[in-house]
Amino acid sequence: MCECVRLGTENQVAEFEAVLEQNKGNGENVMEVLQKTQGIFGYIPELTVAKIANALQIAESKVYGIITFYSQFSLTPKAKYNLDICLGTACFVMGAQEVLDKILAKLGVRVGEMTKDGKWIVTSCRCLGCCGLAPAITINGEVYGKVKVEDVDKIIDSFED
Amino acid sequence: MEIIVDGKKYIAENGETILQVARRNGIEIPTLCFLKGVNEPASCRVCVVEVEGVKNLCTACSTKVFDGMVVKTNTNKVIRARKNAIELLLSNHNQNCLSCPKNLQCQFQKLCNQFQCTNKFKGEMNEFAYDDTNHAIVRDESKCILCGKCVAVCAKRQGCSAIGKVGRGFETKVSTPFDRDMQHSACVGCGQCVLVCPTGALTQKNDTSKVMDILCEDDVVKIAQVAPAVRVSLGEAFGNEIGTFVEGKMVSALKELGFDFVFDVNTGADFTVVEEAGELLERLERKENLPLFTSCCPAWFNYCEKFYPEYANNMSTAKSPNEMLASLVRYYFEKQGKKVKIVSVMPCTAKKREILTHGVIDQCITTRELADLIKLKSINFNTLEDKKFDDPFGEATSSALIFGVTGGVTEAALRYAVFKTTGKKQGIVEEVRFSDGVKEVSVDLAGKKLNLAIVHGLTNAKAVMEEIKSGKRKYDFVEVMACPGGCVNGGGQIYVDYDKVDVEEVIKKRSASIYKVDGDCKFSGSEENKSVAKIYDELLGNDKHLIHDLLHYKRADKNFYE
Repeated sequence: MCECVRLGTENQVAEFEAVLEQNKGNGENVMEVLQKTQGIFGYIPELTVAKIANALQIAESKVYGIITFYSQFSLTPKAKYNLDICLGTACFVMGAQEVLDKILAKLGVRVGEMTKDGKWIVTSCRCLGCCGLAPAITINGEVYGKVKVEDVDKIIDSFED
Repeated sequence: MEIIVDGKKYIAENGETILQVARRNGIEIPTLCFLKGVNEPASCRVCVVEVEGVKNLCTACSTKVFDGMVVKTNTNKVIRARKNAIELLLSNHNQNCLSCPKNLQCQFQKLCNQFQCTNKFKGEMNEFAYDDTNHAIVRDESKCILCGKCVAVCAKRQGCSAIGKVGRGFETKVSTPFDRDMQHSACVGCGQCVLVCPTGALTQKNDTSKVMDILCEDDVVKIAQVAPAVRVSLGEAFGNEIGTFVEGKMVSALKELGFDFVFDVNTGADFTVVEEAGELLERLERKENLPLFTSCCPAWFNYCEKFYPEYANNMSTAKSPNEMLASLVRYYFEKQGKKVKIVSVMPCTAKKREILTHGVIDQCITTRELADLIKLKSINFNTLEDKKFDDPFGEATSSALIFGVTGGVTEAALRYAVFKTTGKKQGIVEEVRFSDGVKEVSVDLAGKKLNLAIVHGLTNAKAVMEEIKSGKRKYDFVEVMACPGGCVNGGGQIYVDYDKVDVEEVIKKRSASIYKVDGDCKFSGSEENKSVAKIYDELLGNDKHLIHDLLHYKRADKNFYE
């Protein structure tokens, strides 16, 4: 398998390489470059890390340290739909755990695991900042409030294209 | 200005930290993460002290003094805080101290003892990796206390950044990118991290039991050969002052261990001078593969292979003194139909690559491992009588001895080259000594002007390589020693307590010891070594092919890391 196939599509690779070109030798831009890389590929592929280090003239171990320090960066591929469910106090009291159990049962995965078709990853968090809508979930950043167990099928099915 | 520490007045300078003032005046403040000038993150909280008028405890390593400051270093509050900090580290630490390679030499263990620490905090422990894939360095995460000294030394002194801090919070660890094994990381095996690690998280590979096996073998001639810098550090393991010259006792100890012959790698170094000088003249003539890089330092060899593979042909083909001597010794004995086993003792961890690469060395141990073997056999080192190296590979000049210090190879080569071209004895070459990191020297040799660079510390090597690459600098000859100060401060030398003595001081003392003997020998040049001429004549019959075969690396040798 050639490198570009392993990394992503041709367009993604070209875009990534342009980002490297713009930031050549500028180690201080590492955060921005990492954010853009994640923007392009949806995550930070392992192969890009050494390339970023080389282009920005900093050590690979430093880039890797930064990636693993900030939770915003992911080294594993993201699913098409990322479902985040709030298990904070308000949501929990309003039945978020039952909603989560139903979601996991429907998708047949555990928390943090990707479905076999690469479509879904379910993660949990401790507050989405909309306790008035408890229990709340987000799918790719869009909030669904006052979710009931019986709504789960409908919500998830609406994404099946 | 004046400050008061524990009730006594002390003079302090503006900009100094409490720790600096305390250490200068012999007041003990423990530290774990502090390494002067390299790692000062103030993260371990072991150096906390009370400062009058400040609500919280202050870290002595990072708090600047002010006029009239009142500091208390040993109140109950301070001691409790230090103890808590250590006990919290202990709660996530593998406490197999008795079987740890650092047992009784561990700074963390010492502090646990001093502060009477208990396993008060019990909780979740991290998952730890153990990595012994590297030829020189063993990494045991379960012993790591995250002081960060290794990471800082690897990045700042050695420019490798093979390891770094990974993750955050409780999950933080020191590891390679993507937890790759050390052999496939940027590690060159220099062992500078091992010297600064306060625990057993980073140690060198231990080959002492393999050496014991060799010593039990029958029907083989057992040979030990010792590098220049070992003799100015080994004594430290037996309570001697840093830099004590213990050549005679060292030879004696090796004999006691059961070696039939003890040879001097300095003899090999005299050969290296002859071969490398010859190679330089040849390359200057042909104007190819310049600058010539010295090849004696294995960590530099590794570094060049990993970071600048395009300069592989600039590396001198002359074998390192260690392998040069081993090749000659092997040839000498095998010609007589005898089987040999060669163990070399080096101040270096990276040298262990020479066990694996060319098959002339059977085992390679560090100064520390030799000290361990001497202790294992209950040999009373300090009362041993002085013995001399054996012939015919025991005679060496003091220009070979100075290989152990940065600039030594260059100085030795210059002495020899000056003698060869003018017939005059050169003596001391002051301008290559005591460099801060990079020294540039221009010399006139037989009407030709040569530009030389002497480099130590791989961060400096990186800077020089970049300048060579960009064409900013042109050199004919570049000497690189990976460890700051050269082999005297090699990664395999006896551990010193950097809380008590700075690394610069260690380098100075050990170098001074070598230079003193060089002076006593009237700065002799390799041309004065009669054994060398005799070996070229009688053993090798001045056969050019044989000499090249024995004393030079073959180009086809594949990259060590592939």
